[in-house]
Amino acid sequence: MNKTKNQKAWLLVLPVFALVAFSAIIPLMTVVNYSVQDIFGIDDRVFVGKEWYQEILRDEVLHGAFKRQLIFSALVLLIEIPLGIAVALSLPRRGFGSSLAITLVAIPLLVPWNVVGTVWQVFARTDIGLGGSLLLSFGIDYNYTSNPFDAWITVLIMDIWHWTSLVVLLCFARLQSIPNVYYQAARIDGASLWSIFRFIQLPKMKEVLLLAVLLRFIDSFLIYTEPFVLTGGGPGNATTFLSQYLTQLAVGQFDLGPAAAFSIIYFLIILLFSWLFFTALTSQQEEKLEKTREN
Amino acid sequence: MKFKKRYILLILYLLFLLMPIYWLMNMSFKTNEEILGQFSLFPETFVWDNYITIFTDASWYSGYINSLIYVVLNTIISLSVALPAAYAFSRYEFLGGNHLFFWLLSNRMAPPAVFLLPFLNFYSSIGIFDTHLAVALAHTLFNVPLSVWILEGFMSGIPKEIDESASIDGYSFPKFFVKLFLPLIAPGIGVTAFFCFMFSWVELLLARTLTTVNAKPISAVMTRTVSAAGMDWGLLAAAGVLTIVPGILVIWFVRNYIAKGFSLGRV
Repeated sequence: MNKTKNQKAWLLVLPVFALVAFSAIIPLMTVVNYSVQDIFGIDDRVFVGKEWYQEILRDEVLHGAFKRQLIFSALVLLIEIPLGIAVALSLPRRGFGSSLAITLVAIPLLVPWNVVGTVWQVFARTDIGLGGSLLLSFGIDYNYTSNPFDAWITVLIMDIWHWTSLVVLLCFARLQSIPNVYYQAARIDGASLWSIFRFIQLPKMKEVLLLAVLLRFIDSFLIYTEPFVLTGGGPGNATTFLSQYLTQLAVGQFDLGPAAAFSIIYFLIILLFSWLFFTALTSQQEEKLEKTREN
Repeated sequence: MKFKKRYILLILYLLFLLMPIYWLMNMSFKTNEEILGQFSLFPETFVWDNYITIFTDASWYSGYINSLIYVVLNTIISLSVALPAAYAFSRYEFLGGNHLFFWLLSNRMAPPAVFLLPFLNFYSSIGIFDTHLAVALAHTLFNVPLSVWILEGFMSGIPKEIDESASIDGYSFPKFFVKLFLPLIAPGIGVTAFFCFMFSWVELLLARTLTTVNAKPISAVMTRTVSAAGMDWGLLAAAGVLTIVPGILVIWFVRNYIAKGFSLGRV
């Protein structure tokens, strides 16, 4: 759509701007303040410059958490995106079956995050849980509360359970909007299912997939509540991810300075990745616009 | 309907989704002795006790009421500021507009843990700590950007000629916006309200930190029970089931728009 140039539009944006300033800018400035000061009391603080940043960058526990976080987010993307596409392709397109399937698929998205933890806690426990005791009865030595590897896998499966549906819904929406003529043309050409996917469906889903990757990356990078309830970050530090460690620093030990410095670095990392994704998305749209103009 | 091979994957996936939820429901109708004592796929002695406890004990049901209040409050605040902004983004080009749009989205990406301490200090200092308003305001951090984004998508689908002909017909802008424009994007508003509801309903970290007694959300009441000595699994399961029910109800009503709400957003 052609947009009119009009600076008065700022007036319409002003409420949002004020509200977000209130709930984002002021708090963010407070964090910046904390990150360069050593705070003993309300009126007793010393400027320490970049000391906290240096301390936090040397922190071994943080390195561990960061490594775990990167592996976790990578695995989440590698599993959830293909699985989400596959399920979206297999959903019925119309009728009651379609409505029912969509509703069922969407359920995990509406479960409060701590309840997701609870659901998996009672499901995966070996004494009272269906999943845990099934694994035991197959002779697999499984115990997520004491074995770090099992705990890790359980958190990963929990995330797949919780969020793959988001990818499914996004892809399904895009698939629904592909005009039927594409499929008719493909049928006339005698195209196989694979080539329909490769040359019609996949290219059409490109934008929505980038969006799914972006959302899944951000949210998996921020994961806190579910592992907090399920494993509490343990056993040891096996499932302590970045948010968990940050909350420990800030609320548990009340190390305001390092926690604030950590927050800033954390936010910057996410912004950097998001900016990369966002640029990729918008440049693609511009390309498309140019193509339509040429035609 | 003819059975197709591709449904095998779908059925397996749905099984994977529903099994843990079935197990939670199953447990919520059991007594604690049965949960800990024997393994059964279906409750042998079917009891409503766990649900009765929740509905009669104020410390439990007030958690649900608190959650509902701040979720509704948040939805109202988010929608009322996001509507004009989304209109501006969809219709006008203005200085810094694109930057502002990305900056808004970037707040959706901020780790809530980052904002924990400042919110705590800031809200205490202006005296709204432990109120529903505090949680509602904190949740606008991620709900306002999302609302602007979804609404902008829906509004861009409405031809601009409608705005122009309305002003020719002598409609003032506020009258046009409320009387003509809002009904046109009603599905969009529904979807946005749904997403605000959902994200505010599922969030725990901020809601738990910003409240102590008066506005304590159900999710926080639940975690307290988890850490109590001698876990009451049946009660926990029943509370969990009750948090899932509103979501399922809401999703059935907007099922045809959910997917659309996502795909229309400006990317």
